[in-house]
Amino acid sequence: MEWLRRLLFRRRRYQDLSVSIQEHLEEKTDELMEEGMTRKEAMQAARRAFGNVTLIEERSREEWVWPKLEGTWADLKYALRQSGKHPGFAVTAIMTLTLGIGANVVVFGVLNALIVRPLNVSDPQRLYIVEHQQHGYYSQSYPDYLDYRDRNSTFSDMVAYDTISAALGTGQTVTKNFGYLASGNYFDMLGVQPELGRFFHANDEPGTNSAPYIVLSHDFWSARFNRNPHIVGATVELNKQPLTVIGVAPKEFHGTETYFWPDFWTPITNAPLIGYSRHYLENRSTHNPFVLGRLKAGVTPQQAGDDLNSICRQLAEAYPTADYGLDARLVKPGLMGDTFGDPVRGFLAGVMVLALLVLLAACANLGSIFAARAADRSRELAIRLAIGGSRWVILRGVLAEAILVSLAGGLAGTLLAKTLLQGLSRWQPFVEFPFHVVVLPDAKVYLVALLLSLGSGVLFGLLPARQIGRSDAVQVMKSGPGSQTTLGGFALRDLLLGVQIALCTLLVTASLVALRGMERSLHAPLGFQPRGAMLAGTDLTMAGYREEQFLPVEKRMLEEAALIPGVSAVGIIDRTLMGEGCCGSETVFPADTTDFRKGVFDARNFSISPGYLEASGTRLLAGRGFTWHDDADSPPVVLVNATFVRMMFGNTPAVGQRFLLYRGTQPKEVVGVVEDGKYQSLTEDPQPAMFFPLPQEINDNYTVLVVRSALPPTEIAAALDRTLTSIDPNLPLTLHSWLDALDLALFPARAATAALGIMGLLAAMLAITGVFGMATYSVSKRMKELGIRVALGAARVELIRSALGRSMILLLSGSVAGLMLGMLASHLLAQIVYEATPRDPLVLGGTMLTMTMLGLLATWIPARQSLSIDPARLLREE
Amino acid sequence: MILHSLRVKPMHGYALVKHIKLVSDEMLQIEEGSLYPALQRMLRAGLLESKEGISAKGRPTRIYRLTKAGIEHLERERSGFETMFAGITRVLAVAKA
Repeated sequence: MEWLRRLLFRRRRYQDLSVSIQEHLEEKTDELMEEGMTRKEAMQAARRAFGNVTLIEERSREEWVWPKLEGTWADLKYALRQSGKHPGFAVTAIMTLTLGIGANVVVFGVLNALIVRPLNVSDPQRLYIVEHQQHGYYSQSYPDYLDYRDRNSTFSDMVAYDTISAALGTGQTVTKNFGYLASGNYFDMLGVQPELGRFFHANDEPGTNSAPYIVLSHDFWSARFNRNPHIVGATVELNKQPLTVIGVAPKEFHGTETYFWPDFWTPITNAPLIGYSRHYLENRSTHNPFVLGRLKAGVTPQQAGDDLNSICRQLAEAYPTADYGLDARLVKPGLMGDTFGDPVRGFLAGVMVLALLVLLAACANLGSIFAARAADRSRELAIRLAIGGSRWVILRGVLAEAILVSLAGGLAGTLLAKTLLQGLSRWQPFVEFPFHVVVLPDAKVYLVALLLSLGSGVLFGLLPARQIGRSDAVQVMKSGPGSQTTLGGFALRDLLLGVQIALCTLLVTASLVALRGMERSLHAPLGFQPRGAMLAGTDLTMAGYREEQFLPVEKRMLEEAALIPGVSAVGIIDRTLMGEGCCGSETVFPADTTDFRKGVFDARNFSISPGYLEASGTRLLAGRGFTWHDDADSPPVVLVNATFVRMMFGNTPAVGQRFLLYRGTQPKEVVGVVEDGKYQSLTEDPQPAMFFPLPQEINDNYTVLVVRSALPPTEIAAALDRTLTSIDPNLPLTLHSWLDALDLALFPARAATAALGIMGLLAAMLAITGVFGMATYSVSKRMKELGIRVALGAARVELIRSALGRSMILLLSGSVAGLMLGMLASHLLAQIVYEATPRDPLVLGGTMLTMTMLGLLATWIPARQSLSIDPARLLREE
Repeated sequence: MILHSLRVKPMHGYALVKHIKLVSDEMLQIEEGSLYPALQRMLRAGLLESKEGISAKGRPTRIYRLTKAGIEHLERERSGFETMFAGITRVLAVAKA
């Protein structure tokens, strides 16, 4: 409380001090006058003896704490006054920073939510997913999981889980829902407690189909059961199998994948009960669940990885076929291991770099404006230096202004970012999937925002500091304002502007590359014609059918759909190309092989019905398509794509050739070759693929009816819905046009394009303000000179050249540098954007055009200004 | 020295300067003003207190006087100084011998 009293009464303290000193001087003067001096002489002598009154008063005041505080306050007041005097600058600067910092906070918010923030379970740092060494191969077989779990010495526990979709029936309502198959120890290892009832435990699953239990998510329980507290003990149907609800998970627990929020959890040993093949739990070469382990205290991931790899070697020895070459690698959980982790991390890191570049460009921009203003004030600063002002105090004033502006910008940017992130969290890109991207900012995000604001304030505030640090008071006062610190003929701010334009060009190039890639990807050869095709997806397992019933139902669906008026072709495939759950693959062996340990390559495998090629618009390059005669009783046949032919048979004609698959003893004969296509993503390299006739390769997976028609999608969708429901009202159906279904595949490219587009736009805006500021400044500084030129009869072209020449040179050299950087950087883009290349003449031309437009836009007003100079008036004013 | 002077009797600033000059036989030639930061320091530390008063010439000024804490501080300093001084004397004596 003492300090408060001191603070409140400090004015009186200062007053007392002044009184004391005043009295001291007067008494001294009196004495000296008594000694015979005149009053004037005596006063001067008294002051000489006393020393610098102001300084001593200041030093005395500094004995108390407040002066530092007061100094800062004075700096702030000065900064506010400065900003008030130049509202244009303050507004521009704050807006620039709002955009720059806002963009960074948004990107970091997403990055934080998806990568930095751990799973919402106890002690998440010690959780690791067990993947294979090869990236993208994340799933394990259930028997391998059991061995990993029981033989390791480095994990305190290990669980297996799998994300599935299933028909969930309660009373009369049946819906398609997403959930987890999880091993019994799942909840116990994660340390999660139920909100209601109980969870299942390891001792609940003594064997296959032994635990007919289900745990519901809080959200599902709320939505479907209206938070009925008596739900525990009730029965629900999962793929028509009755399961007992034993508990409800807490509200904040959404499983072990960051964005995939399940509706339910059921023991993994129930897989066969709810319609999965027995292989799911028994076959070592059937890879399905994720394996997630908790490291023992004190064990490093490296040690655990070594431990698992030694188990892998034992397994490979014991099961040379199924576990050949088995290996393990630990990755952080949350994004389906590396499947999404790798691209998401890469993409977000890339966008974060771009966002920082935008901010850097903004700082360079503000720095150059600041430097220009410091140059304008060089006379004032020189005078302050000359009368003994310390450089540090002057610098502190300038810095205070910069930081005040940047904090204001940071605050506005954070508010903007928070709104955007909230919107993003509510947004559900794919309504039919339980994807929730909750990216709400937390303390870490706010801290980063604050640091970014302070950092950028210091950065652009310090840029003119060199000028203050070096200015020589005498020199400046002699030559007057207008002389500037130069760097080989160019001022520091010219360099900054050049850097900024280069960064801006880089971003514009990147966004044009992305836009162009996007545009091209929509016209890329897909290997099928999505336009005019309707997809009806259903899961016969969910509807309760057994494998032997599949074919008759599928045939009936084909027949009845073909009867719909306006339908030109129908076919069935077992997966949506480039859609959810695409694609599986199988290892291919030469026809005469006996050693099944190492195949030639893995090829994508699909089952299709006769008529699929016509319905999907896939071209047949050689041979024939399937007919209904290619059935279970006839020799096994296959269609392969062009890449398969090239990899397997080289230049020899493929039709009539044979090859083997691991599980089949009978070789498959190639009867036709189809065009290459995209199967999983737009950016994938050409993949080998094979298509089997539906009757020979019954799938237990999925049935996608492809219906081609010239009718509008809504009309055909309604007709299809009626037709299929008349076959079986219990069929869970998803109906959409193939173009809509492609959304998932196009999403990464779309997100990248949007992000790059926004960054490019921000950068372009910054470039305009930068060049505009620079050009306006240089015209205003040289008004007098330009006026004399006009008076001497300079041509307009000459005038413009001399007024704006420098800006133009900077624009040009910055653009060229940025374009070159863009070329270097865009191979990074190729990861996400289809065929990203800046060597595309359209991209090159577009970038050049954009930069020229920016230049014209930014220099238009200054050019007009310099042309409209009236020398007579100007000279009169001066 | 300031504390010691003020212990003798409370004084205002100029009187203090004159007193110090007098006792030090003008040996300590300091800038008169440098006294004031020192006074503020002691005020802040609670060794002194200042009161409104009238100078010898009848002008309003501040009279500085020692507080209890100031007296204690002075005693400590002095005994510390004396101990040190005694020590130095002894060392010098040994060195001479």
